[in-house]
Amino acid sequence: MWFPRLGSDRVLRARPVEGPFALTLKQNNAERLSCLNALAEGQGLHRGMAYADARAFCPDLITRPADPAQEARFLHALRRWATRYCPWVGLEGADGLVLDITGSAHLWGGEGEMLADMRARMARTGVSVRLGLADTRGAAWALARHGEGVAPPGAALAALGPLPVAALRLEQATSVALQRLGLRTVADLAAAPRAPLARRFGPGLLLRLDQASGAQAEEISPLADPPHFGVRMALPDPIGLADDVMAGTERLLSRLCARLKAHEMGARVLCLTLRRVDQGSQQLELRLASAMRDPHRILPLFRRGVEGIEAGFGIDQLRLEAVQIEPLPMQQLGHGGPPGQDGLDDLVTRIGNRIGLENVLRFLPADSHIPERAFLIAPAAYSAPENGPWVAPRPRPLRLFPPEPIAGSGARPPKHFRWRRMAFAAARATGPERIAPEWWLEDDNWRSGVRDYWQVETLQGRRLWLYYTPQNPGWFVQGEFA
Amino acid sequence: MPADLSAHFPLRKSRVHEACGPGAPGFAGAVCAQGSGPVLWVVEAWRHEQVNPVAFGAFADPARLLVARAGDQREALAVAEVALGDGAVPLVIVELGAPLSLKAGRRLQLAAKSGGTTGLCLIPEGMGSNAAETRWHCTPVFDASDSTRMRWELIKNKSGTLGVWDVRWDAAARRLDVVPPAGKRPGSQGAPG
Repeated sequence: MWFPRLGSDRVLRARPVEGPFALTLKQNNAERLSCLNALAEGQGLHRGMAYADARAFCPDLITRPADPAQEARFLHALRRWATRYCPWVGLEGADGLVLDITGSAHLWGGEGEMLADMRARMARTGVSVRLGLADTRGAAWALARHGEGVAPPGAALAALGPLPVAALRLEQATSVALQRLGLRTVADLAAAPRAPLARRFGPGLLLRLDQASGAQAEEISPLADPPHFGVRMALPDPIGLADDVMAGTERLLSRLCARLKAHEMGARVLCLTLRRVDQGSQQLELRLASAMRDPHRILPLFRRGVEGIEAGFGIDQLRLEAVQIEPLPMQQLGHGGPPGQDGLDDLVTRIGNRIGLENVLRFLPADSHIPERAFLIAPAAYSAPENGPWVAPRPRPLRLFPPEPIAGSGARPPKHFRWRRMAFAAARATGPERIAPEWWLEDDNWRSGVRDYWQVETLQGRRLWLYYTPQNPGWFVQGEFA
Repeated sequence: MPADLSAHFPLRKSRVHEACGPGAPGFAGAVCAQGSGPVLWVVEAWRHEQVNPVAFGAFADPARLLVARAGDQREALAVAEVALGDGAVPLVIVELGAPLSLKAGRRLQLAAKSGGTTGLCLIPEGMGSNAAETRWHCTPVFDASDSTRMRWELIKNKSGTLGVWDVRWDAAARRLDVVPPAGKRPGSQGAPG
């Protein structure tokens, strides 16, 4: 199956356009047409044409930028769809599929009916397709691209005879050279003596010819379906007890974890869907603090969610899917990793499912003299503890809070001041420690310029961290020492 | 004569304790220094005051510290209960802003018992629950020669006497030193009550 207009058909399926349409792709700093519809081709445009030229030919051309990644995804979707005809479906280039229909054509009432069905379905979806059917992959390719048709069994070369030599999947240079020699069609080429051809063009040309005629075998490798990490279970009778649901979940979980293990993957987010008898469904999402695939550890984490489920008239279908997965290679037991790490991960998961996994945090060191930037706050589930150097050129307060202004003037700390409705008398002040803002980072809190930090011990006992902003005079309290 | 501090500190395991007063964070830091393994510090997300891990390094390795930000006190208590009962974290510190009911305090106590973990609630003054094992009132004290001096007053103790101690924290050795109260004879204040 060849999709001559895969890209533009994909876009036009979503948004139909009247008139000539093309996709442009930037190649070598020039916008070029990569795929165009039939109307545009009728105007004399062709693939690889510069966009500016195309606009000159056809002023009302509508274009959109091409998206090769989306096209590849679309082709994969088509490949999956094509497994309805036969199990062996592989990709052929960027815009074709190759199907090995040996033994499955009779299920559709013969090859002709099968091709008619393909054509009808593709016409309905609005994707233009060219079909070629032959004994060999090479011959089918040639037929699909250069004049559709069916080659009768054992007569592939005869069917290919009138086609140009380019139909043999040759490189551009080779086919041009063959045409200059006067070998314009496949029949001419097959009739020519082989030895001079091999000497002139190398073994590749004859290999392609033999592959088309069937003298040389060529396999079709079907693409494996990506693994799907979802399992489900339908129950003959509805269940409603939390313990029953947990038992069902356990069965699903062991199946899912076996599948994850086979692919060396671990689940990060699990989604349990419970369908009730009255067709309503409820979803339980479990976000794990680390990738795991151990059913005994995951199951208790579902307990809290399952107990909050409204069973109604009963649940008759359970579905468990690993929504987000991560590679999790096999690990040696007993060595490596601090002991108790698993227990901590489970705890983080349980807390995270209550208050949100992003609210369980850990501190990481950062290289900055700004007190509130001397550390990073990272979600514990997505970071590892770091024993890095903690920047503390001077003692730092144990408690930090946003600066709170106090009354005071002058560069020395005030002798008496009020803070949080309490009166303090400064007994000893250590400082100043000047900290300049980091000019390479924009920070509104540091707009007031450099700060002179003082460690002020009060007669009342409390030890506060005050700062003075000489460029914008004012006193603030930013922290309290232990 | 007050009892020896070593009879009450480090805090009893499998129990929930309370600390109040302006020096409570420092007390929590000293408690963290006594054990090993991760520490879970549960705070309410709306609070602006936060623990500074750089200064926490004077007490214990900041890499041990995990912070859970709960939406409100109810959630904070729920998180603390889960963590205490789980046993994976040997020390759980909860910062609370509202009175702790007897029921909530008792639940924390039971969870700590089942998990074999220690809990510490940092409470505003006079808002503790009767279920706490001990309650400490901590205030920093000014001292002409020392800037880490604190006064720890044991104001509730379920299984022992009360007392007052003046302590200072040795950041270099990560060690707690008991010092005689400033200007007073040792033990003149801490009559058991």
